[in-house]
Amino acid sequence: MAGAAREWSRFDARERLFRIGSVVVAAAVVVASWEWLDISLQYVATAPTHLSDLFGRMVPPDWGYLPNAVGPLAETVQIAVVGTIGAVLMAAPVAYISAENTTPNRTTYALGKLIVTVSRSVHTIVWALLFVVMFGPGALAGTVATAVRSIGFLAKLLGEEIEEIDFGQMEGVRATGASPAQLLIYGIVPQIKPALVGLSVYRWDINVRAATILGFVGAGGIGVQLFEAINSFAWQTVSALLVAILGVVLVSEGVSAYARRKVR
Amino acid sequence: MLETEKLGKTYPTGDEALSDVSVRIDGREVVAMIGPSGAGKSTFVRCVNRLVEPTTGSIRLDDTELTALDDDGLRNARRNIGMVFQEYNLVERLTVMENVLSGRLGYVSNWAALRRNFPPDDVERAYELLDLVGLDGMEDKRVDELSGGQRQRVGIARAVVQEPKILLADEPTSSLDPETSRDVMELLTDIAEDRDVPVLINIHEVDLAEAYADRILGLHAGELVFDGPASDLTEESKGVIYRGEEPPESAATDPDWLSGADDESNLRNGQNAGSDRLPAED
Repeated sequence: MAGAAREWSRFDARERLFRIGSVVVAAAVVVASWEWLDISLQYVATAPTHLSDLFGRMVPPDWGYLPNAVGPLAETVQIAVVGTIGAVLMAAPVAYISAENTTPNRTTYALGKLIVTVSRSVHTIVWALLFVVMFGPGALAGTVATAVRSIGFLAKLLGEEIEEIDFGQMEGVRATGASPAQLLIYGIVPQIKPALVGLSVYRWDINVRAATILGFVGAGGIGVQLFEAINSFAWQTVSALLVAILGVVLVSEGVSAYARRKVR
Repeated sequence: MLETEKLGKTYPTGDEALSDVSVRIDGREVVAMIGPSGAGKSTFVRCVNRLVEPTTGSIRLDDTELTALDDDGLRNARRNIGMVFQEYNLVERLTVMENVLSGRLGYVSNWAALRRNFPPDDVERAYELLDLVGLDGMEDKRVDELSGGQRQRVGIARAVVQEPKILLADEPTSSLDPETSRDVMELLTDIAEDRDVPVLINIHEVDLAEAYADRILGLHAGELVFDGPASDLTEESKGVIYRGEEPPESAATDPDWLSGADDESNLRNGQNAGSDRLPAED
């Protein structure tokens, strides 16, 4: 071997140029966004003062208000419960047609994907605005909004779960002469059951948190009280409500974690 | 009585897995189908209950032409064909009893299936079969808690509870240790005798085939190259099955021409011979 030093570099000149260019473009996007937003840092400087001022007005929380919050809090949880159950019932067939291995044909597959996308791309609060117009203010609008938003989430994840099932288990059932419905009952459902329960409880947990602000647009729940308290600068009531909401959310998260651990 | 005539299967990839296989299986025969990997053993067994759709030829079970059936007809026909799988293919999260009773799904309504509400006769038969396969008392265990040998026994019980006209077994011992494999083969041969049902086992362990089968079918590259009693299976015929050798003019004149070959080298060579075949077998 001749002793010539061999050169090596990870990227050639063209690749290096492209990489430097990418960084420049990314930096330009960030700077341009900042400029367009016209953010003033003046408020950042005064933020600590405002914060301690607000905090001072929030303490001590108005615990005496809380008995009035029990009803709306229960309504919040109920919106989440009914909305989630409705969503699970409607998401199951959507999941079935949006899974590649169970969907009857290309059209149903596309329809399933469309429902999932439409449901998921609109936020619960926006759905609630829509349903408040349709059904008037109140828990019904909030419940339907919760359900409609959850269909996409549940159908997408359940559909992926169906795509992952063990084909052999289905084949074993099919070979006995089972009907398509029995194939679903015996071959598919047992395989996705833990996911079905886990996802439903998880979604319920998300929906409890989402339902706390549905009242902002008049769709029922504790958000109505919270919104009113904020608008009337009743900061001690606001802090009491926030603590109560935090408690409910913690409990629902605990229930959700427990249920998901239990199912296997 | 199962009868195939010129059965052929060509996969969409162009691989010809089976060609012109004509077989007749009757009575309470235990028939073992042997051959190298990729010879078409699995394809043949799966064509019988149309888990794989054959491309040419015919399959008759008693008087029913299986290849001509529509979906409903096929489901009814499958009730009469029990199948045991290499990987058991049980529903892992259901109990032993639920899995055994799934063999009766073809006879109950969807609603009854949902509520696991099977006729008392079916339940009684399922209990008897659990006794027979040695799993008495295990009915409420979940299948994913069982060992491989136990799972295969559940698989056999599920197939037999169908009261099939033929029992198919697709490599039933390949996932099991040698001891358990012999137990399973013994169970299958006992069932053939007690229940008066023919059993077709596709298997790659030649010694098990010779020990338990009445009759042997040999496949090589999708063609039936041997069909006869287990006692007729000679070293020459193994050479034909596993290496595609031409049968000698008269085997009797030169009985030792293949004396160097043992089962192991048969299998090894068999894999070589099968290496250019389709991978669908296992």
